[in-house]
Amino acid sequence: MLAYSAGTLPEAFNLIVATHLSMCDTCRADAQAYDAVGGALIDHGPTAMTAGALEKALSGLDSAAPAVAAAPMTRSALPEPLQSYVGGDLDSIRWRPVGMGVKQAILRTSKGATARLLRIPAGAAMPDHGHNGKEMTLVIQGAFQDEDAYFARGDVEIADSNVQHVPVADIHEDCICLAVTDAPLRFIGLLPRIWQRFARI
Amino acid sequence: MIRVRDSRDKEAFTELFVHFAPRIKGYLMKSGANATLAEECAQDVMTTLWRKAEQFDPTRASLATWVFTIARNRRIDMLRRDRRPEPEELPWGPEPEPEQSHVLEIQQESARLVEAIAGLPENQRSLIEQAYFGELTQAEIADITGLPLGTIKSRIRLSLDRLRHAMK
Repeated sequence: MLAYSAGTLPEAFNLIVATHLSMCDTCRADAQAYDAVGGALIDHGPTAMTAGALEKALSGLDSAAPAVAAAPMTRSALPEPLQSYVGGDLDSIRWRPVGMGVKQAILRTSKGATARLLRIPAGAAMPDHGHNGKEMTLVIQGAFQDEDAYFARGDVEIADSNVQHVPVADIHEDCICLAVTDAPLRFIGLLPRIWQRFARI
Repeated sequence: MIRVRDSRDKEAFTELFVHFAPRIKGYLMKSGANATLAEECAQDVMTTLWRKAEQFDPTRASLATWVFTIARNRRIDMLRRDRRPEPEELPWGPEPEPEQSHVLEIQQESARLVEAIAGLPENQRSLIEQAYFGELTQAEIADITGLPLGTIKSRIRLSLDRLRHAMK
């Protein structure tokens, strides 16, 4: 959260944090607290502007168009930060099968971390896997559980290289998640490992 | 700021510029921008302040916080060319008249936060500054300072807890 506020995260992690904040008021309040710390910190160590800077700024004001306020909320299952990456709502996601009924859609973000949407059929399991880096998974629709806990819409699971798990989608509906990783997953079975090369998981 | 927002007062803008522009520039230079880029970027941020003035809501954040978020987003645009997704606006229901007492409360809180940060022991303050400004991950801070990652994490948490405590 501090890194999101400080603006030092890779884009894909920013996306998952922003999406979660759209769904969770408690964390939104936390984020605002972190921003306030940032605001207080800039009070230290000002650096003088060059001569004429003020005049230059003033002369530009009249031609500066007023900013348009943020687009109003739309009713959608997808929180806004995701909509702009998907280019629309849930039905505009271009799913590609990755095997065993699971589908994914990779989102375009900068290097450093990968963001993908996953769709796991109701009741189905992802192959047993571990992590080479950090993985954050946010539930957008449905729910899933692994050995440790149950995650519903808006919940985020944070897994690192110590976590080895088999996520299983809840039986009520297909589970759609936003998953962000900064390193490839580590599958246990041989087949998933081979398939991994092709599916870019 | 309210004068800038409601009556497009350039004199008020000048005061804001004199106060904030050097602070924005300082912040950007601490995050690794050179003086020219930082100056240009600070100019941009001040213009954005003017353009977005209408969106400033003193009941939700102090001015310094708002300026920080604009400067931070500008910095990401400039230094990294990454997008930074923002959470969607929540519908808060019909807006009540902003309560003066609430505005005052946020202002006082911000002032106390500045004091609280100044009151932190030197090593804690520098850690928080590095985390915010230095483009450093906690792991990188651990490398530089030679302290174990767990120590860095608990120190940052401790400092933030202290701030939180000082704010109560």
